[in-house]
Formats: sequence, C-alpha cells, structure tokens
Amino acid sequence: MPAITRVIINQPVVIYFTNECGIMQNNANISEGKTRPVFAERILQFLNALSAIHRFIGRFFKEAFSPPYEIREVIRQCFNVGYKSLAIITLTGFITGIVFTKQSRPSLSEFGATSWLPSLISIAIIRALSPLITALIAAGKIGSNIGAELGSMNVTEQIDAMEVSGTNPFKFLIVSRVVATTCMLPVLMVYAAFVGLMGAFLNVHQNELTSFTTFIHDAFVRISFLDIFASVAKSIVYGFTIGIIGCYLGYNASRGTVGVGKAANSTVVISMFLIFIEEMIIVQIVNLLR
Amino acid sequence: MDKEISPEQGKKKVISIRNLNKAFEGNQVLRGINLDLYEGENVVVLGRSGSGKSVLIKIISGLLKQDKGSVQVMDEEVGTLPVKDLQKLRQRIGFSFQSSALYDGMTVKENLEFPLVRNKRGLSNKQVQQAVEQVLHDVGLLQTMNQMPAELSGGQKKRIGIARTLILNPEIMLYDEPTGGIDPVTCVEINHLINKVRQQYKTSSIIITHDLTCAKMTGNRIAMLIDGKISREGSFDYVFDTNDADVKGFYNYNFITQQ
Repeated sequence: MPAITRVIINQPVVIYFTNECGIMQNNANISEGKTRPVFAERILQFLNALSAIHRFIGRFFKEAFSPPYEIREVIRQCFNVGYKSLAIITLTGFITGIVFTKQSRPSLSEFGATSWLPSLISIAIIRALSPLITALIAAGKIGSNIGAELGSMNVTEQIDAMEVSGTNPFKFLIVSRVVATTCMLPVLMVYAAFVGLMGAFLNVHQNELTSFTTFIHDAFVRISFLDIFASVAKSIVYGFTIGIIGCYLGYNASRGTVGVGKAANSTVVISMFLIFIEEMIIVQIVNLLR
Repeated sequence: MDKEISPEQGKKKVISIRNLNKAFEGNQVLRGINLDLYEGENVVVLGRSGSGKSVLIKIISGLLKQDKGSVQVMDEEVGTLPVKDLQKLRQRIGFSFQSSALYDGMTVKENLEFPLVRNKRGLSNKQVQQAVEQVLHDVGLLQTMNQMPAELSGGQKKRIGIARTLILNPEIMLYDEPTGGIDPVTCVEINHLINKVRQQYKTSSIIITHDLTCAKMTGNRIAMLIDGKISREGSFDYVFDTNDADVKGFYNYNFITQQ
C-alpha cells in the first residue's frame, strides 16, 4: 500500500494510504471511512502502551513483595539466565578484551604510552564495555527467550490453565523471571569484565611481557569504587529492563504464532533501545557524582 | 426458548447463570444466556464454532468478565469475587482446555504436581506421588509419568489435561471441546472417561462441544446455543425433536460428516 503525505499549510501532517482500488484512506480507520490521522493513532497507542506497562511494573512490585514466594522457580530462572549464558559471555568478553587491546596499542605507542594500556583497558571494560555488552547479549539471548516462551504459553492457553488451577501465573512466571534477570545481570557483568581483562592481559603479556601482578595493579589503579558501583547499578537497571519488557510483551502476546515471533523480536529491539537510553542517563548521573 | 424440565431440578444448583451478555468490540457473542447446572449432572452446551460456547465457560471460571448478567458458582458471584476468593473457588472447579494446555517445559508428573503442591501446601512427597499415580491410573496413562507433553498423542494430552484438573478433586468440571481434533475411537474413550469422572469423582460438569456423539454419550441435558442464545434445552431427543431449521441443520450436518 503506497503511502502519500498531504501537507496543508498550518495543519498537522497527515499520512494517508491508497488501497488497491486507489481510494484514499488512512491507516487508522479504514472500514468506517473516517479520516483519523495515523500519527494521532500512533501517539494514542504509544500512550496506552506506556500506561499498560506502568500498571504491569506496579503489579510486579506488588506481587514480588507479597507471599507466597516462588523461591524454587526464581532459582531455576537464575540458573537459566546466568549459567546458560556463561558460554556466550565468556566468548564475547574475551574477544572484546583482546580486540580492544589490539586496537588501542597503535594509538598509545605513537606517544610511547603503551604502559597505560592496562589502565585504559580496565577503564573501558569496567566502566562501559562489560555492562553494555552483557546487557546487549542478554537482550538478544535471554530477552527473546522470555518473550517467545511466555508468548507461546499465552497462545497455547498454558497461562490460562495456571490461572484456573488456582495458581497466580503473574507471580510464578513474571516475578521469577524479572527477579532472575535483575539479579543475574550484575553477576554476568562482573564475570564479563573479568574475562575481558584476562583477554587483555594475554595480549599485553604477549607484546609487552607485562607480568600478571603488574597488569592487575596498573589496571585497577585508576578504577574507583564509584566506577564499580555504577557498573553494577547499570547492570541491575538493564536486567530489570530486559526482564520486564520480555515478560510484558510475552504475557500480552496476541493470539497466534505470529504474536509469539513479534513478542520475541520486539523484546530485543525495545530492550536494546532502552538500554542505550539508560546508559546515557546513568553516565550523566555518574559524571555529576564524580 | 424451548425448555424441557430437568430431571435433576430438585437437586442443589452448583452453577446458576442469569441474563449473561458478552460482546467483543461491538460483536455481541452471548445474548441473555440463562442456564443452571445441578449437582451430579452433565450439561452439554452444543453449538457451532464461534457461537460463544468457550466464552461461556471462560466467564464461569473467571477468565473473562461478563458485560451484563449474573454467574453464580457454588453461590458465589464470580464476576465480583476478590482475586484471593476467586483463586479459592477455582480450586473447586476443574477446567479441561481444548488444546489440553499442558505445560510443555514440564514432564507429565510435574504437570500433575504443579496445581497440587501450590494449592495443598504441606503435603509430603509420598502423598504427592500417590495422588499423581492415582489420577494417572484413573485416566489410564500411568506409563506416561516421566514423558514430556511433546511425546504424547492428542488423545493422551487430553487425558493428562483432565487428570491435572482431577488431582485437586474438583466439584465442578468444565470441558472445552474434549473430543476436538482427535480420532473417533479416541473420542469414544474420552466420552467414557468423562462419564467415569462424573461417577468416580462425583462431579457436575458443563461440556462444550459441537460433537453430537459426545453430547449423546455424556450429556444428561443438552443446551443448544445458536446466535448467542440458548434456543432449546432438555434431553438429547427433546432438543433435536423440532422443526427449527438451525437445530435441524446442525443435527444433519453432524450426521453427514459422521457418515
């Protein structure tokens, strides 16, 4: 359906679509022939979604702090989120450490400052790279998994089945998953930073023959408590974001297999988008505190 | 509406539905439904696909809310019950889904344990194991205990779905298309199972179906749902002894497809 834009001076821009018969209509209300602007409909949908997700988050906190607690399910989800992501986190963390060191060396060696490599790398890895890389991998792997799993449970009436059997599906499915992602992301972030630094050490040791003790000393000499605290805080925020977005989209997936795919896909896209926005905000706050 | 007096009328009403209305985005699905379920009887709600049969039992179980009307289950008004009370009431109602709705990440045993350990806290492992074995024995699938739902046939899934509801000893059973999507021989087995459940577990049931064999084998009373209204209600013979074109058409279509 080709879109055309009609611009009238002093009027808002309205996008209309022509159907196969060439009849002009907008996307919002084709059947009734009304001409409600597409962008107004989109804004309304966005505000509705925003309101729904706020209610969802509110319900999460209400359910999370009221008994009974699904401890076993939380532990199971922590295992799924944490342990099952170790391989991919190890690989990406290690490669990031090596590649970043290799790429930084030429610039520093121009000034004869290759001895600064451990400090530079540790600052980059601990402050920015490890929280961000861990979060992006988690959004792709864990977020999509949560969205697809809950979406498919919704489509196949498994969530309804839980509800009619007298179990609270929100507590069992949502609270456990969001708690797991929120708790495990900082752990994965610390692990990714460690592996990244090991990758960097191997490269530095190979080229500059720096010992492990010297590397660690140089790496942490410029790292403050605030850096570590900020990275852990970021990971907590990212973990919560990935969990809540995946759960919200999966739990509310429309009926049908298309809805499952859409829930998984949207989880990744929206989580990544929000992670970058949160990164920007947290960095600003930390810089103010520094 | 044409209605035959129920032989169970003197017994206690476990479900009482009055003037029930439900619409989805302007599409009126249920229009003033009145239906009673008496203790110990099986009521079959017959109707074409999309006639609102599943919506009816979803409202009874509190999964959907009605727009208008009253739904009383065990003298409790479902639509206005607080969440905790609704959860308690649901423990007394078994719901067998059309798709079976088995938790596909759990084994058959875990599927059966799931509602039990959450609703009857404090049971020992031995008691849980015994309860699981008992319901699996009752539905004739003891050998599937450690299998995953994906390894089961359609008929086996239906039986496990029924077993999962039976493990809480419900007083009311709601069956949504219990014979939908399975072969005729398995359909008859499921129908026998529904009757066995009624006798052994002393349940009262509402069975949603469009399968006349199922209706005839399991129903003490039939309610024919056409265009969101119950057009005829009574015994199987009474309901289909009519010149109403819609009812006759439904009967004849089923008859032709079963030949």
